[in-house]
Amino acid sequence: MRRMRWLRSTAASAILAAAALWGLGGGEAAAQGKQLTLCWAAWDPANALVELGKDFTKQSGIEMKYEFVPWTSYADRFLNELNSHGKLCDLIIGDSQWIGGAAENKWYVKLNDFFDREKISMDDFVPATVVGYSQWPKNSPNYWALPAMADAVGWTYRKDWFSRPDIQAAFKAKYGRDLAPPKTYDELKQIAEFFQGREIDGKKVYGAYIFTERGSEGITMGVTNVLYNYGFTYDNPKKPYQMQGIVNSSDAAKGLEFYKELYKCCTAPGMTNAYMQEGLDAFKSGQVAMQMNWFAFFPGLYKDPNVGGDKIGFFVNPAGPNGHFTQLGGQGISVVATSDRKDDALAYIKWFAQPAVQQKWWQLGGYSALKAVVDAPDFPKSAAFAPQFLESMGIVKDFWAEPSYAQLLLDMQKRVHDYVVADKGTAQQALDLLVKDWTKVFKEQGKQVASQ
Amino acid sequence: MDKMTTILQPDDATFPGVGGPAKSRSTRRVRGLSDRTIAWLFVAPTIALLLAINIFPLVWMIRLSFTSLNLSMSYLPLRFVGLDNFSDILNDEDVWIRLQTTAQFVIWSVALQVVIGFGLALLINRQFRGHSFWTTIILLPMMLSPAVVGNFWTLLLQPQIGPFNYVISLFTGVPPSSFSMTGQVSLAPWTIVLVDTWMWAPYVMLICLAGLRSIPDYIYEAAEVDRASPWRQFWSITLPMTVPFLMLAVLFRAIENFKMFDMVNLLTSGGPGSTTELVSITLKRAAFEKWRTGYSSALAIILFVTVFGAANIYVKALNKVKQR
Repeated sequence: MRRMRWLRSTAASAILAAAALWGLGGGEAAAQGKQLTLCWAAWDPANALVELGKDFTKQSGIEMKYEFVPWTSYADRFLNELNSHGKLCDLIIGDSQWIGGAAENKWYVKLNDFFDREKISMDDFVPATVVGYSQWPKNSPNYWALPAMADAVGWTYRKDWFSRPDIQAAFKAKYGRDLAPPKTYDELKQIAEFFQGREIDGKKVYGAYIFTERGSEGITMGVTNVLYNYGFTYDNPKKPYQMQGIVNSSDAAKGLEFYKELYKCCTAPGMTNAYMQEGLDAFKSGQVAMQMNWFAFFPGLYKDPNVGGDKIGFFVNPAGPNGHFTQLGGQGISVVATSDRKDDALAYIKWFAQPAVQQKWWQLGGYSALKAVVDAPDFPKSAAFAPQFLESMGIVKDFWAEPSYAQLLLDMQKRVHDYVVADKGTAQQALDLLVKDWTKVFKEQGKQVASQ
Repeated sequence: MDKMTTILQPDDATFPGVGGPAKSRSTRRVRGLSDRTIAWLFVAPTIALLLAINIFPLVWMIRLSFTSLNLSMSYLPLRFVGLDNFSDILNDEDVWIRLQTTAQFVIWSVALQVVIGFGLALLINRQFRGHSFWTTIILLPMMLSPAVVGNFWTLLLQPQIGPFNYVISLFTGVPPSSFSMTGQVSLAPWTIVLVDTWMWAPYVMLICLAGLRSIPDYIYEAAEVDRASPWRQFWSITLPMTVPFLMLAVLFRAIENFKMFDMVNLLTSGGPGSTTELVSITLKRAAFEKWRTGYSSALAIILFVTVFGAANIYVKALNKVKQR
């Protein structure tokens, strides 16, 4: 009996102590019980956002909770969540290609009135990011997101290898020109061939790393960097959705052939299903001379003790015979229409849009799309990759952002991977089949698709 | 008074001290229930659960298969399209290629598993030192999750750092990084067969072992009296008497491999190109990546009917074998 009494009093004390500790540790936010969940991909910039978000909590008393999902399941996970009108996310940093579907399906809150009320002007942001991440329909003043994370495909190279006198001499002897970061894809291939299989510091290295992933978006996000520069466009600018002779033009086919040649001649063995992480691994392990990847990873690479600092250099996606573009990445931040905390979510966006917060975002490793940050005179000197980033953001092109983008993307993944990696058919056949696939998708969507 | 009602009577002598004069209303109600009603009461939650998570989704899926529903474009009006989805699938050359790929995977992997599993069972069936230890070792792959198997085989098969290519190189002299088991069109289909066989041959072994142990010793003793050679005993006793078990193993593995998704998805994502894209991967892509709900429902129904039909024919054959 006495023992029971002792147990009861101990349990009561423990509960009281826990409650007191909860009160002390929870702070203002816990006391108010306000919390926002932000959904994004699990990658380096997400860690920077967590750091940045602490300031928001301090100022507003609203606790931030994060739901980060690896890139390979990012689209599956969050599109499923949005499709099912789930309440997991209050804020979402959704991929640029989702914007059409998110707007048409009313998954996101339209932000026009909010922007007007809070005097947030889209003119203050880099134009490509506004079109890419915020507008639907494209080039119309209908905003569904605030540009949050500007990104594009860029290249890293081993500056230390490029600057070695013996390697420079060998390159000059072979090609009759200086070894320097490539300006065109022909130059890039030449350099990649030069490094392929070369022994450097007793280790066999390879020429280039390019995207070849099959499952999600990898090979498409890689091949478009070449296709755009060979003259590929998604449709006839004068006749929307007219793809015959445009998507499968002979120039586009040459671009696709070039990507395959690059894959065959100059990549490391086994890179048949490789995307961002495999590229980072290949570069960090000193395996490749040049790496295609998203700018988002470059702050982390620059800090890498083995290949960062003076050993790493950056260059913009090289030009092709018919143009100079690069693939747009990045995302905008939106308020989820089914959220019960829309006002708090909008407060977060208002806070995030402030120039001081955007400046800190860039300093922490995120990529701001605010002109006040990227157009500042000292911006090009603020990071080793800043000039290339700035140049890239001026030449970006994006994949379809239609509501049916997922079907369009998977069709392209299949056709390109079949040709480039699985050696199936010719480039022309692959693009012809792609036009057939895309025509079917658009017809199902109720679009008028002109054949010529 | 039936047995069930007896148990539920608190004032019965079966439960001395329980109940007494203060009978609750519910107790009185229970006393009036028939055996059948009580049985239904017990079964009802299970049936409700079954209806909710199995039957209702199945019926709903059948309904959706006749519609144009695409979840990524749910703002479009839902149209009844009749048998269009079914006809699209059956006229789609790609779907037939995926079915062929799946059939080849099922046939080769199940055949290898049966041969290896039966061989292992014959070995393990003998008494030898360390018998239990080796049985456990052989069973280990089967106990792993397909996701784990997919991931670690991906590492093992990596052309530059994975040991698999180095082992092959030792025997053949081919440079280890000159071939990619998961990345080459000629090798990838065999790779998924190899990994699946590694994982599931022990399962077939277990079933065969049960079959071997069910053969009475006196049959072998009689065969020895008749001076039958071990080879003759194998063909006339062991194999015929384990055939029903082998057929059962084939049935289980074939159904499982027809549905195979996780391991192959992790190993190759259906690549290179579409070389190892099994029909389950096509279905997943149509349903949860392209969000073509109507189309994917129709495909799921076609696959279900195919497996169900084939399994039924097979079970009939199995019963005939058993009757012999």
